[in-house]
Amino acid sequence: MAENTGLGIASLRDAAIEAIAGATDLAALDQVRVRYLGKSGEMTALLKRLGTLPAEERPAAGQEINRAKVAVQEAIDARKGALEQASLAARLAAERIDVSLPGRGQQPGGLHPVTRALRRIERLFANSGFAVAEGPEVEDAYHNFEALNIPEHHPARAMHDTFYFDADRLLRTHTSPVQIRVMEEQKPPLKIIAPGRVYRCDSDLTHTPMFHQVEGLLVDENVSFADLKGVLYDFLTNFFERDLALRFRPSYFPFTEPSAEVDIQCVICGGSGCRVCKQTGWLEVLGCGMVYPEVFRHVGIDPDRYLGYAFGMGVERLAMLRYGIDDIRLNFDNDLRYLRQFA
Amino acid sequence: MRFSEAWLREWVNPPVDTQQLADQLSMAGLEVDAVEPAAPDFSGVFIGLVQAIAPHPDAAKLRICTVDVGQGDPLQIICGAANVAEGMRVPVATIGARLPGDFKIKRAKLRGVESFGMICSAKELGLAESSEGILPLPADAPLGEDVRAWLALDDHCIEVDLTPDRGDCLGLAGLAREVAVINRSPLTPPAIEPVAPACDDRFPVSLAAPQACPRYVCRVIRGIDPTAETPMWMQERLRRGGIRAISPVVDVTNYVLLELGQPMHGFDLARLSGEIRVRMAAAGERLALLNGEEAELREDTLVIADAERPLAMAGIMGGADSGVGDDTRDILLESAFFAPLAISGKARSYGLHTDSSHRFERGVDPELQVRAIERATALLLDIVGGTPGPVHETSSAEHLPPRRPLQLRERRIAQVLGLELPAESVEDILGRLGMDLERSDEGWTVTPPSARFDLVQEVDLIADVGRIHGYDRIPVSHASASSVTKSAPESGFDLDRARLALVDRGFHEVITYSFVSPEIQALVEPGVETLQLANPISAELSTMRTSLWPGLLQSALYNQSRQQDRVRLFESGLRFRVTPDGLRQELGIGGLVAGGVAPEQWDQKARPVDFYDLKADVEALLSLTGAAGEFRFVPGEHPALHPGQTARIERNGEAVGLMGMLHPSVAAKLDLDGDVFLFELDILQLDEGVLPRYRQISRFPAIRRDLALLVDEGVTYGAIDACIRAAEPELLRELVLFDVYTGENIDSGRKSLALGLILQSSSQTLTDEVIERTVGRILDRLTTELGARLRD
Repeated sequence: MAENTGLGIASLRDAAIEAIAGATDLAALDQVRVRYLGKSGEMTALLKRLGTLPAEERPAAGQEINRAKVAVQEAIDARKGALEQASLAARLAAERIDVSLPGRGQQPGGLHPVTRALRRIERLFANSGFAVAEGPEVEDAYHNFEALNIPEHHPARAMHDTFYFDADRLLRTHTSPVQIRVMEEQKPPLKIIAPGRVYRCDSDLTHTPMFHQVEGLLVDENVSFADLKGVLYDFLTNFFERDLALRFRPSYFPFTEPSAEVDIQCVICGGSGCRVCKQTGWLEVLGCGMVYPEVFRHVGIDPDRYLGYAFGMGVERLAMLRYGIDDIRLNFDNDLRYLRQFA
Repeated sequence: MRFSEAWLREWVNPPVDTQQLADQLSMAGLEVDAVEPAAPDFSGVFIGLVQAIAPHPDAAKLRICTVDVGQGDPLQIICGAANVAEGMRVPVATIGARLPGDFKIKRAKLRGVESFGMICSAKELGLAESSEGILPLPADAPLGEDVRAWLALDDHCIEVDLTPDRGDCLGLAGLAREVAVINRSPLTPPAIEPVAPACDDRFPVSLAAPQACPRYVCRVIRGIDPTAETPMWMQERLRRGGIRAISPVVDVTNYVLLELGQPMHGFDLARLSGEIRVRMAAAGERLALLNGEEAELREDTLVIADAERPLAMAGIMGGADSGVGDDTRDILLESAFFAPLAISGKARSYGLHTDSSHRFERGVDPELQVRAIERATALLLDIVGGTPGPVHETSSAEHLPPRRPLQLRERRIAQVLGLELPAESVEDILGRLGMDLERSDEGWTVTPPSARFDLVQEVDLIADVGRIHGYDRIPVSHASASSVTKSAPESGFDLDRARLALVDRGFHEVITYSFVSPEIQALVEPGVETLQLANPISAELSTMRTSLWPGLLQSALYNQSRQQDRVRLFESGLRFRVTPDGLRQELGIGGLVAGGVAPEQWDQKARPVDFYDLKADVEALLSLTGAAGEFRFVPGEHPALHPGQTARIERNGEAVGLMGMLHPSVAAKLDLDGDVFLFELDILQLDEGVLPRYRQISRFPAIRRDLALLVDEGVTYGAIDACIRAAEPELLRELVLFDVYTGENIDSGRKSLALGLILQSSSQTLTDEVIERTVGRILDRLTTELGARLRD
């Protein structure tokens, strides 16, 4: 459009647009805006000069100026957008990092594998309603032996390799005394497991003088060996997370009758025979049985009214089978290079 | 109990192979520990006769033997054994024979003389661990016969690991009965006929302790041949039963022990004086035992004595100077029943364990003695000849264990086993086990066989029914018994949660022995009374820990010496404290940190861990109680900790734990590198938690005012914190300590603390006026109580 107001609107506009294009950052751009569009900017000054025009020219010139201002404003906005984009892009580029560098701060530790297995055992039995009970580790001979129907000089007592403090005090050789303590304090029905440390005076390649057991006890009016088989079948298949063949072999514990040792199909070789199962395909994992009436009599439970089952398992044995550990002694070296493997 | 499979099969021979037989035994509760061949593989070994012996021209120790092996010409064989003699029958490995270890016999030249085979020792045939010289065979060994066949070596040794209740299976007879029951096979025991006495000799017997020995059977045999030797077949059966052959009398008694389960003893009659007295020992009596040791007897020990002195420890071991020797002509055989309670524990108390004590402790059939002595007599006469006297039995009927009938209720079987068995099956099983049954109203009256000491209650019979029926055939029931709702106290200390909290804060859990070495115990807890094991594995593991620190320190040391410098460990467990009120077994949780505060990292500045790092971990545990505000850390002391860096952790003035830096001198003694920090908390003291209680969240804005305070260096932050909270319990929401400074621009002996007070009201927006008044009040109190002033 021809411009003939004499005000030089077009050339001013073009100069402004050129200046805008030449602004290389936001500050420079703002200076351009102030110079042309600011309160005392050059384009603002043009409006003031409208009055010098003849009246009939003024509206057209006014519109002309406004159009020029809009064009300049648009150019500023566009340039501003572009500069902001560029600035953001530059910032983003500058802020690029190597995401593969290691994170900062503490790294988690881990539970001991025996605790890991214990928690698993406790959780599985908790699912079936067994509560956790505890008892002392320094025990008296009564709770560790006599109340469990193991009189003094009984051959079964000799098999326990007991640590003694004096004639009566000893380190419990199994978690079974917790059965007695629970039955002394609570009335049936009872449904407990008792995890904990036990001690035997025995130390070689396959024995440590301290290890862990979990004892289980259920006492009620209607409990049978078939129920015992059921609870152990459920536990063992769930613990190893596979359907295992189980074998209940008749055995002897002075505090249960009938008694059984439970073998599982070898979890290492699947039953075909290997070093771990000594080529038998079976692994002995726990002992169990129906509570012997004599034990009930010791704690004042009527053996004609109540029946019960009890079981006991070695936690290290289960942990070792579960995690493929081949030396029980590793558990008590507490080597961090070992412990870290169970984090 | 170890035995020859072939021998067992003479008693009962079910149509099952060796492995099946072993499995059957295991599944009947007679756990088979091992099945081993009676002899390793070998072939080509025949019985030969040494016809002539000539010296080797070039070797003093070698001899040239001419040996007839019953086929073709006699063989020339070089032999180095000293005991080879003309006229001797010997095992000969001929050319082409394979001996154990895949040792092939070839034609050979020894020092220039040819040898066409080898005369074998017992060791070379795998029949003994060691042997001196070659194995001489008896004169009636058939010339030319294969040694393997003749000794019936294609047999197995089966080892059963019997539980202590099954004394009845400590003899082949008992095992055979079980196998017969399992397989419904006929039992074919050898005939045991009474041996008619050929003279009238009886040796007098008196039972002075009839409750301990209610039956004593003996027999005189005169004029035995002291040069006779035990036949090979018997030696072999003993060997396969794990017993070494010694002499005919001893071997025969051992044979009967293995066969019938009756321990026996042979005395040299010439060395007995007057009579046999079965009595309790007098305290201090001495007895020289067969094993070469001398025992000083106690009054609780049953002995076999004569008129003058003790001869044997009854049921445990014979005496050295009354036993059968090389020159013994006349013997007295003993076959007695000793009550299990009289023998139990006695052998062990003298440091002994014998085949005999093992059986008597578990119970020997009290009705077996006469049969056993008849069996032994017959076997013995075949070997050593002699003139037997009559069987002389002395017994006290009232002291013999009664065969007590038991009531067995039919419904109880189903209750206990969870299995409905028809009455006929029950009767069948118990009948096959040799029990006498009589039907009663509720079930049966059952009289177990005299050998079954383990059957004393109804449930023992039920167990046997289940056992023979097969545990595998008892159903698996998933019926859950009445469920008991467990209590679950929510405010109790959750040890499991605490463990996980530490794990998440970078700790590894350790499990250390509850017994520690007295040295480290004394180093960590000097002067603290401890409980000592009477029979520790070693001195290193003899003292019950009173703290978790010894185990943690040892674990740290173990790892430091394996290039694991950054150590963060914890353990929970009992500590055993001896108090005037007796032993206390206290559950605790403790931890140890050493090395860098964080794993080495590319950007974070490496810094060794310090007190306040560990304090945050401890505070995290304390906060699990829900009552973090109830705990105070006050300066404390402990002999194993740095005196300036020890905090006693208190709750309501009661100590609940301790933390601090390991004393540098203790660290040096332990060879631990760098600063080590420890904590231990008493879990019982933490058990009282606080349930969360909801408080309304204020709708009004919180404001913050920062104060820079100057106080004397001795003023603890704990005191300032307590003072501020006491001054403004209502509006103070939070107190933040954001700087502690000493040094330039601060007078020496003073320190500057920068605190942020966060104030908020639950009912209004705080005005400047209220805020100024509140801060002023706090400052006044700090000034009055702690001498604090605002820093310019």
